[in-house]
Amino acid sequence: MPFIPHSEIDLKQMLDTVGVASVDDLFDEIPDNLRAKGLDNVPKALSEMELGRLMNERAKQDEGNLCFIGAGAYEHHIPAAVWDIAMRGEFLTAYTPYQAEASQGTLQVIYEFQTNIVNLTGLFAANASLYDGASGVAEAVLMAVRANRKAKTRRVLIAGTVHPRYRQTTKSIVQSQNIEMIEIPYDSETGVIDMDILSQYEDDTYAAVIIQQPDFFGNLEQVDALTDWAHAHNSLLIAVVNPLSLAIYSAPSEWGEKGADIAVGDGQPLGVPLSSGGPYYGFMACTKPLIRQMPGRIIGKTVDLDGKPGYTLTLQAREQHIRRAKATSNICTNQGLAVTASTIHMALLGTEGLERVAAASLGNTEKLVQKLTSIEGVELVFTGPRFHEAVLRLNKPVDEVLAALAEQNILGGLSLKRQYPELGEAMLVCATEMRSHDDIEQYFQVLSHILSSEPQS
Amino acid sequence: MSEIPSELKYSKEHEWIRLDDEGKVTIGITDHAQELLGDMVYIELPEVNDTVASGDETGVVESVKAASDIYAPISGKIIEVNEELADAPENVNSEPYESGWLYKMTLGDEADLDDLLTADEYAELISDE
Repeated sequence: MPFIPHSEIDLKQMLDTVGVASVDDLFDEIPDNLRAKGLDNVPKALSEMELGRLMNERAKQDEGNLCFIGAGAYEHHIPAAVWDIAMRGEFLTAYTPYQAEASQGTLQVIYEFQTNIVNLTGLFAANASLYDGASGVAEAVLMAVRANRKAKTRRVLIAGTVHPRYRQTTKSIVQSQNIEMIEIPYDSETGVIDMDILSQYEDDTYAAVIIQQPDFFGNLEQVDALTDWAHAHNSLLIAVVNPLSLAIYSAPSEWGEKGADIAVGDGQPLGVPLSSGGPYYGFMACTKPLIRQMPGRIIGKTVDLDGKPGYTLTLQAREQHIRRAKATSNICTNQGLAVTASTIHMALLGTEGLERVAAASLGNTEKLVQKLTSIEGVELVFTGPRFHEAVLRLNKPVDEVLAALAEQNILGGLSLKRQYPELGEAMLVCATEMRSHDDIEQYFQVLSHILSSEPQS
Repeated sequence: MSEIPSELKYSKEHEWIRLDDEGKVTIGITDHAQELLGDMVYIELPEVNDTVASGDETGVVESVKAASDIYAPISGKIIEVNEELADAPENVNSEPYESGWLYKMTLGDEADLDDLLTADEYAELISDE
């Protein structure tokens, strides 16, 4: 298909033909308050050559660093076979193809992906993926507000320990549908949601309660009690989960008496490289009663006229090409390639492999915490049970310390000063199965040196 | 030729309305409507105790081909929904006027019934389509 841009003359002819004065007039049915007001922060377009150079420079920034940052994106080992297979021509597309049923192999991969997500979350059905974890939470909110008709409200509770970017993204997406997000503050001693604080919310109704396990700080929330509280107050429970953690912790379907209603998260830990922040993919699973409110494509397994197994797009009546403005699904499978890699990754590791990666990451983070807190001026902020991340507080300005570490090619952690200033000079650290004893020793040596030296400025 | 029982009232949105002796109203979709939509796979029904006005959306009938909204043909309160359709949506195809009923309402205003069509008027409506 050739790329033929429209000339001014083409545009004028087309506008004259349909009888409108300008391109903007074609969009006049969109109310003013729903329009994005300009894109002032988008820089000028670059040429292909300039762009190539910029991307190479950016890519170099990631090279040769020892990474102790998690915070939603994790450096895990990806077997070489994963992307070698995923990059084969037969798989190499981001979307479910048009004439989907003609591409049985692609559909089978997505079906297997859905099956894996169902096995990890324990829920009834999973979709073929979403853009990422953050937009997944937003989609879960929209879905819960549609589905929870008994609550008769557009208010949703979200734990302050849910990833800050996920909270921001969700707010941005759902606010134009008049959905109000109310944040539950976390307990400053434990870094999790304290059950006692929930009594403040008992007089109101909420369509859903959103909690993250492990939470943004790496801590384990009291998911059973929180899930039961949500259900006792006629709210749906949305679980934001790291899929890798589900290899060793209880599945959302097992939380509390009835289990979570919707589980979402970012699939990056399962075979998707950090690559400077993306593309990753989101996943979503839900209980049987909610399935027709679930957005995204769903691949089903069936048999053809001869009784042979086949794969097909199913439940399409929810989707925008059929239900138009009333659709409960306005999202496609843009992240198909990352999903393909992830499916291969899960198949190669298997249940046991995932368990070992999760356990090794947990163990390495404990080693890291023990080692670093042995340095004078480093303390562990939250001491409860956790997965593979921890919050450490320093006796020096954290941003300066992290900059000094970066000069020694150590990405020492994520500063929490902007998102959680009340924690002081705090950072979030993580050591996955990739971080060896020597890596942790090196971090220890460099940090000891930085914290013992006098400030330069 | 689809079945149009003469004792029922009809709406232009292809719903049938049956008024019983106690002043309750049962609502479903017509034989003609189910023929057009094809095999039903899912019926979304309103919440009991919801108060609706004539013309409000009360649910969705979803077939293998399409999903269509259903509307309240009269104003009133929802008093019962056909729970069996959750497991047997095909009843709407096989017995649209019997086991395939959708929900029951109180009749808020008897004058609402005057706006509905008779069986003959409905037959004429669908013959014009």
